[in-house]
Amino acid sequence: MGRIYLDHAATTPMVPEAVEAMTRELTRVGNASSLHASGRSARRVVEESREAIAAQVGASPAELIFTSGGTESDNLAIKGAFWSGAQVGRRQVVTSTIEHHAVLDSVAWLGHSGSAEVSHIPVDPAGRVDLSVLAGTVDTRTALVSVMWANNEVGTLQPVRQIATLAREHGAISHSDAVQAVGHIEVDFSASELDLLSFTAHKLGGPYGIGALLARRELRLAPILHGGGQERDVRSGTLDVAATAGFAAALEIATKKRVEEEHRIRQLRTELVNSVHAAVPWAVVHGAAAEDDRLPGIANLGFPGCSADAILMLLDAAGIDCSTGAACSAGVSQPSHVLIAMGYSEADARSALRFSLGHSSTLADVHALVAALPEAVRRAKAAAAFA
Amino acid sequence: MKVLAAMSGGVDSAVAAARAVEAGHDVTGVHLALSKNPQTYRSGARGCCSVEDAHDARRAADVLRIPFYVWDLSDRFAAEVVNDFIAEYAAGHTPNPCLRCNEKIKFSAVLDRGVALGFDAVCTGHYARLIRSGDDVELHRAVDASKDQSYVLGVLNQDQLRRSYFPLGSTLKADVRAEARNRSLAVADKPDSHDICFIANGDTAGFLEQKLGHRPGDIVDMAGAKVGEHAGSHQFTVGQRRGLHLGQPAADGQPRFVLAITPTTNTITVGPRDALAVSMISAIRPTWTGQAPSAEWAGEVQVRAHGLAMPANVRVHADGLHVILDSAATGVAPGQALVLYEGSRVIGSATISAAQA
Repeated sequence: MGRIYLDHAATTPMVPEAVEAMTRELTRVGNASSLHASGRSARRVVEESREAIAAQVGASPAELIFTSGGTESDNLAIKGAFWSGAQVGRRQVVTSTIEHHAVLDSVAWLGHSGSAEVSHIPVDPAGRVDLSVLAGTVDTRTALVSVMWANNEVGTLQPVRQIATLAREHGAISHSDAVQAVGHIEVDFSASELDLLSFTAHKLGGPYGIGALLARRELRLAPILHGGGQERDVRSGTLDVAATAGFAAALEIATKKRVEEEHRIRQLRTELVNSVHAAVPWAVVHGAAAEDDRLPGIANLGFPGCSADAILMLLDAAGIDCSTGAACSAGVSQPSHVLIAMGYSEADARSALRFSLGHSSTLADVHALVAALPEAVRRAKAAAAFA
Repeated sequence: MKVLAAMSGGVDSAVAAARAVEAGHDVTGVHLALSKNPQTYRSGARGCCSVEDAHDARRAADVLRIPFYVWDLSDRFAAEVVNDFIAEYAAGHTPNPCLRCNEKIKFSAVLDRGVALGFDAVCTGHYARLIRSGDDVELHRAVDASKDQSYVLGVLNQDQLRRSYFPLGSTLKADVRAEARNRSLAVADKPDSHDICFIANGDTAGFLEQKLGHRPGDIVDMAGAKVGEHAGSHQFTVGQRRGLHLGQPAADGQPRFVLAITPTTNTITVGPRDALAVSMISAIRPTWTGQAPSAEWAGEVQVRAHGLAMPANVRVHADGLHVILDSAATGVAPGQALVLYEGSRVIGSATISAAQA
C-alpha cells in the first residue's frame, strides 16, 4: 500500500540527484585523509561538496565543519563554544524554551555539570522568542546565546538576526539550530550575524548521517570528538565522502528550486489547513498566523478533547504518516514542551498533530488526509472517555 | 476481526499476537506503559514496566509485521492498581494486583479505549481458554495446569469475555517457547516474570514500608498476650510463618503462624497451624462470568493464585457470598480473590472479607 507521507519535518525523501551523486561515490575507494591518488580524489569530492554547500548558505568553505548531523552540530556548537576558553569569565548560556532537545539537553547538561548558568527565554503564544526578555537577560556574563532559526513543531520563525546582533553587542557567541530552515527558506550565514549555525542533510533531500556546523573562522571551538584531526582539528573522524556528495547535490537542487517550491508548499499547507477546518471545524491551528512568520510546510493542528496519539494511530492504519511532534520517552509520548511553552495546557498539547509537507507532497496527499481525518477524529473523541 | 494485542515484551504475549496474525486477524500491537519512571537497567528481575520490555515488545511486533504503539496508562495504573495495593495492605488485606490490573486496566481501560477506536477484541498471552457456548463465552482453565491463569481472569464479566482473545489457553508453556523460537521471536528464551511488576526489585516489604512508613506494633497470641513486636502490619499475610522474629518459643513448641491482622490496633495475632484452619469464608463484591448462579450453589472454590480448588457449598446473597468448605483449609487471606469453578469453568469471583473455623 502506498503511504501518504506527511512527516517531512522528521525526514524527507532523498532527491534523485542526491541518490545519484552518492551512488557514484559509494563505488570508489579512498580515504579523504590519505596522501595517494585515491585519497586525493576522495578529498576533492569532499572539498567540492563543502564549497557547494557553503555557497548555498552564504558561508565560506572554511567555515563549514562536516558532522554526523544536526544533533552533533548542536552539541559541538554549544559545548565546543562554551569549553573553548574564548569566553573567559562568562558562565551564562541563554537559550529558548522551544529548542530541539539537541540544544535543550546540551545546555541542561552544561548546567547540571555545574559549569554553566542556564537561562531560558520564553516565547509568545505564536511561539516567537520574547526579545525584550532576551535583551534583559543577555549581558557581559553571557557566554553563548542559542536560539533556533525555525521551530520544528509549529514552524514559527525566530528573530535570529536581532538575537545575533544583541549577543554580539554584549560580546557573547550566538548559535542557531537551522535544521528545519536550510533548503526550505533563505538562510544566509554571513548576513545573519551569527557565529554558529547547525543544519543537516536529511531534512532537505540528502542522506542521513551527515550534517554541518558553520562556524566563523575566528571562533575557537573545543572538539567533542578527538582523533585524526579532520575538519580543522575540530571534528575528528573519517569523512563519509559519498554522504558529502549527496548533501551537496540535495542542497544545490533545493536552492535552485527554492522560490517556486516554497510558494508551492505554502499553498499546499494553506489548502491542508483550510480543508481540515472544513472537515473538522473545531480544529485549532498552533503557531504564527502570518505566512512570513513561519516555515512553508508545517501545520500544527490541535483537536481539543482528543488524544493525538489515538488520531495518529488511526491515520497510520489509514495509510497516513504524521507526527505528534512530541518527544518520546521509552515510546511514551510526552506533551510537547513547545506547545506548553506557548501557553497551551497539557491536555491541549496532547491533542496536537504535526503535518509537514515537503518536495514530494501533492494535493492528492492533502485530499487523502482530509478523507481519513474526520473518522479518525470521531473515534479518538469517543476513546477519550477511556484515556 | 480487528485485534488489539497487548504485548508486554514477554514470550507469551508475543506468541499470542503471532497466532492472532496467523488466524487472519487485523492485529495491532500495544505495549502498556504502566510506570512513569521506567528503570533503564535492571539486573536479574524482569517486569512489565522496563524500557527493555517495551523494546522487546516492539521487536516482536516488527517480526510479526504489525503496527505497534506504546499506550501510557501510568496514571490509571497508579490510581487503580498501585494505590489500591497499598491501601489494601494498610487495611490488613492481601491484595492481588495482577487480578486488579486485568479488571481495571487490561480488560477495562485498554479494552474500552480499543473498542472506541474500532477494535473488536483484546488479545493477551494469558493461559486460559474461552469456549463459545451458544451466545455466551465461557472462561475455562488452561490446558497447562502449571501456567493456568484463569484465577486472575475470574473477575471478567460476559461483556469483557466476549471481547477477549486468549490464543495460548490450549498450549503448554514449553511449546509456546518452542513456537517463539520457530517464529524467530527474540523473546523465546526470556525468563518469565514472577514478581509484582511495579516492585522492580521484588522487595514488597520494602516497597510497602517506603509507602506506608515504619509502623511498629505488637504481636499477640490468641489470648491477647504480647509475644513480640513487628515493624509494620503490612509486612504480613494470614498464614505467614517466616519473619515473625518471636524470641520466645510457644508453650507447645510448635511453630506459629499469622492468624489475623488488625490494622485498627496495629496488631498481628499468631497461633498454631491448627488455628489457621477455616471452613467458613465470607466474600464480597461478587462478579460473574455469565449468569449469576442460583442462591445455593455447590462447586469448587480457589482462594489463592496457585492454590488448589476445594469443594464447597456457596450461598449467594445480595452483597456477597457465604462459603462453606467441605474440609477446612489454611492460608485464607482477606483481600485475596475467591474464584468459583465448575470443573474447569470459571463461574465468578469475589473478594475474601473474613474467614473462620
